[in-house]
Amino acid sequence: MTDPRLTPILSIAGLFGLWIVAAALTGDPQVLPQPWGLAAPLVQELRSGELIRHLGATLLRVVWAFGLAMGLGLALGLAMGRLPRLNAWLDPWLVIFLNLPALVLIVLCYLWIGLTETAAILAVTLNKIPNVTTVIREGARALDPQLDAMAHVYRMGRLARLRHIVLPQMAPFITAAARSGVAVIWKIVLVVEFLGRSSGVGFQIHLYFQLFDVAMVLVYALSFICVMLAVEWLLLQPWERRVRRWRSA
Amino acid sequence: MITVGIRSKFFGATQVLGDISFTVAGGETVAVLGPSGVGKSTLLRIVAGIDTDFDGRVDRPENMAIVFQEPTLLRWRSVLDNLMVVHPDLGRDRAMAALERVGLASKGADYPGQLSLGQQRRLALARAFMGRPEGLIMDEAFVSLDPALAKTMFDLTRSLIAETQPATLLVTHDIAEAEALATRILSLSGSPATLSEHTSA
Repeated sequence: MTDPRLTPILSIAGLFGLWIVAAALTGDPQVLPQPWGLAAPLVQELRSGELIRHLGATLLRVVWAFGLAMGLGLALGLAMGRLPRLNAWLDPWLVIFLNLPALVLIVLCYLWIGLTETAAILAVTLNKIPNVTTVIREGARALDPQLDAMAHVYRMGRLARLRHIVLPQMAPFITAAARSGVAVIWKIVLVVEFLGRSSGVGFQIHLYFQLFDVAMVLVYALSFICVMLAVEWLLLQPWERRVRRWRSA
Repeated sequence: MITVGIRSKFFGATQVLGDISFTVAGGETVAVLGPSGVGKSTLLRIVAGIDTDFDGRVDRPENMAIVFQEPTLLRWRSVLDNLMVVHPDLGRDRAMAALERVGLASKGADYPGQLSLGQQRRLALARAFMGRPEGLIMDEAFVSLDPALAKTMFDLTRSLIAETQPATLLVTHDIAEAEALATRILSLSGSPATLSEHTSA
């Protein structure tokens, strides 16, 4: 118990223990299969190539929506944080969009644009932009005016200022927005797929929901959780360590 | 040469600066002396071109440099990169030479947070003089240094100014600093503030 690295492993083992006990108490694999009961359907989906195809479709949508929401939210948040007049105008919009339920945006996008890939990605992007904007705006307000003055006097170029002065100061806010962004976006992508796409993890979950196949629903859900954990550990955390390097030096 | 012709500067309805006209020739160091809160920083920001919302006119060289009270470094870039990012067209050799000149040659790979305050201020000086500025503005650049360190900094700054010959405007509340570096001392006083030749009491 002394090694702190053991804690998350033990914690996850505990979760599995809880699952096993619950499955044993239920006694009905139709309602809740044992963890090892998922092996056969998992192998079946892997063999047929279905699992990879649908994971890929969902991941592609997540990447698109994430890229668009981060890019647009970053630009909007920076502009609103630095220009008080623009902020005064756009802030009410932000509050409205922040409080618009994800489902409403999804349904409206599908109704207005049709059941297309564009509508799906747009719906997810629009859902996420307000959160990114809010977080980035806080960061933009905290930018050091003295550094701006320095860059101005030394006639640094726009791009150099963005790259060496603005973005490094914004890094903690960008990481926070990215972290919560990834988590929220993939959940909304599933809803979008559930309601109006014919591929992706959300579509498969819809299918097996109608077939009352709990095991398959769990196979798809857990597979995608694994993908997102890989994204967190292999991409987000190493990137965060890189931009924080100077703090610990 | 820096030519300042300010007619007035307001913050809202309050006039902070009145009629202020003076010139700083190349190679000359003019100190503007005044108590805190009199409007020195406002004057400095106008002369540096940071604040353009005033009535009047300031002519300054294209190639300006500034040294603030705080070192104002990019804490997320290495010591060497702090020079190269600000002066991208001067190249690595010039940056190394500038570090050498202020005694930081061995610190190029460190981050500014690993330097002492005195070293950080020397880095700010290196950044200012590396571009061979025609105009230089120093804003209380030597406050809160112990006397020995302040003396070293004065000597270093004086020789850098002598090598580079910029038109230097030094803003300070410290008469010792003004006397150590300036060829001419002006005082800023009153409300709205105006300039007068400094007469030592």
